[in-house]
Amino acid sequence: MNEQVGLRGRAWFKALTGSDAPNSGDPHSVLATTAAVGNEQALFLCVVPDKGSRFPCVRDGQVGLEEAFTLAAHLRAVIAEDHDKSREAKRSIIAIVDVKSQAYGRREETAGIFFAAAASADAYASARMAGHPVISLVAGQAFSGGFLTHGYQANRILAFDDAGIVIHAMHKEAAARITRRSVAELEKLGHDIAPMSYDVQDYAKLGLLFKLLHVDDPQHPTSNEVAEVREAITEAITDARKGKLDLSNRWESDTARTMRKGTLAVRAALEEQWFNG
Amino acid sequence: MSASILIPDFVNRKSFIELDARARAQSLFDEGTWKELVGPFDRIESPWLAKQGIAPQFDDGCVVIKGKIGGSPAVTIAFEGAFQGGSVGEVSGAKMTAALDLATKDSKAGKPTAAILLLETGGVRLQEANLGLAAVAEIISSVLALRQHAPVITIVAGTVGCFGGMSLVAGVSSYTIMTREARLGLNGPEVIEQESGIDEFDSSDRALIWAIHGGEQRVGMGLADLLVEDDAGKIAAAVLSCVRKGVPEKHRTEQVELYRARIAALDTSSQIDPATLRQQRANTKGGVR
Amino acid sequence: MEKIEFNYPEAKRLITKRAHVGVVGSGDMEVLLEPNSEEGAHVFITTSVNGFGDAWRSVFDRFFSKFDGAVRIYINDAGATPGSVLLRLEQAVEVIEQ
Repeated sequence: MNEQVGLRGRAWFKALTGSDAPNSGDPHSVLATTAAVGNEQALFLCVVPDKGSRFPCVRDGQVGLEEAFTLAAHLRAVIAEDHDKSREAKRSIIAIVDVKSQAYGRREETAGIFFAAAASADAYASARMAGHPVISLVAGQAFSGGFLTHGYQANRILAFDDAGIVIHAMHKEAAARITRRSVAELEKLGHDIAPMSYDVQDYAKLGLLFKLLHVDDPQHPTSNEVAEVREAITEAITDARKGKLDLSNRWESDTARTMRKGTLAVRAALEEQWFNG
Repeated sequence: MSASILIPDFVNRKSFIELDARARAQSLFDEGTWKELVGPFDRIESPWLAKQGIAPQFDDGCVVIKGKIGGSPAVTIAFEGAFQGGSVGEVSGAKMTAALDLATKDSKAGKPTAAILLLETGGVRLQEANLGLAAVAEIISSVLALRQHAPVITIVAGTVGCFGGMSLVAGVSSYTIMTREARLGLNGPEVIEQESGIDEFDSSDRALIWAIHGGEQRVGMGLADLLVEDDAGKIAAAVLSCVRKGVPEKHRTEQVELYRARIAALDTSSQIDPATLRQQRANTKGGVR
Repeated sequence: MEKIEFNYPEAKRLITKRAHVGVVGSGDMEVLLEPNSEEGAHVFITTSVNGFGDAWRSVFDRFFSKFDGAVRIYINDAGATPGSVLLRLEQAVEVIEQ
């Protein structure tokens, strides 16, 4: 499956924007362009594998130093350009997500990838807090630090509903090793314990998603499917513009009320004790 | 001859690292001003660990204390490294997010409330995987909301270090305080060795680990702010100085072009020597602070 | 993981303070000790190590042969030895008897 990483991301970036060429000055692993969605222009961002990257540990579609700062630079530019516009007029930002992980490399750690990832997460969140609708479309994999860097700060998250979608904190083999279980045991546990599941249908139960979308073959979108996905993005944008600028919708959603009781109990108790005493 | 002449400093020093999360958090406040919120007696435990046969902890390994530092309102949120490696679960993560949000609420209402995060954590708790990862995203968002109004100060003291998603939380903080014993990075050496091979990172090479992730290096690189001795009094003084400085004019993570240019200038044809890189950074002191 | 409960109805002395000590680290445990609203003592144990009910029973029999407070005791255990359990209990008692 690893060979497939980034292919879906690239396919959807091209389908939605009409291009998949990197900008001059950007690493070839970041796609960024302005394109129409609904009746407006939006900034589309995607991280794709670049076999020729000068950082060896990102060549399979991991998110590394250059990717993080390039995303942040595009986001900061849009925030600055739209600074004086009303909330309704601020451009939407569409993150197309298909990332296998953050880069696991020594060069990256030495130069401070934690900080690069933080700068990108900051830029995404700053765009959201400034009033830009930020929509993530999970077209393939969304793992761990890769997702935190690219996409997890969105107001609204969309994902395809097929087996190739994996949103998780760590890939199966590593998670099994660290929690001292076999991969089979881990898969079985996922059926009972939704947050551990690698199945996007279980992920949807956590209340973090805006919507699951169906396409027959995410790597080869048909024009009808592209139109449907565009519509879903437009709907997410409209919903984001009406909603709060923080992430509270994630724990206040109907699904979260059953799955995230712990979160809600903590928030209620802490608020009560904060103001009394 | 007085005793103070005979007894060297390090004997009288009160180690911060040897304290548990609760005692660390308490040690930062003005005496008699603090109160723990949603503590162990409230018994809000992880709903997920027991289902997997793992004993939970009454506070889920996260201590929230509200009080005053140098007379100013502050809240400290401390992760306990001895419980599940200080990992972020649904409950511990929600505690941090909720406390940050309440500090933001107070700050917006005219009562600026600083947050101090004591991060001893390997990152997401894999037994709560996706809710841990979601919690990290929410914590980052809540830090960013608060830091517009009041400083968010991260302390990485040791010995667990601060890794995984929580390293991004350190990254977006207004100030980061470290000791020489602390480590800060996205991926720990074992994880890199496992994923990319021993040629990429030999996790038994202690010198290399400290050269890259250690507090002295991170502060020297300008990716953390203060290097402080493992001494509870000195760490409290460092926190106080950051509270007094208030919100920085510009946060580090906002200076994208400066740091992007530094990455562009890296020679990646072979591994990067940490000491040389630190020297270069020291010579080109950019950044607002 | 196992949940174990014990009752010690003879422990009737009024207790007013509460205590929390320990951490659920490997080979360690935490204990919460708080006043019981009714007479007698109740013990609630959650342990990640199964099959040691008798060992827990003898530790608490020993503990309540000396301690007579009407308390509720909650324990989260990650494999503490009987010796460490008694030590943690004594630390908790020290806090409430101060």
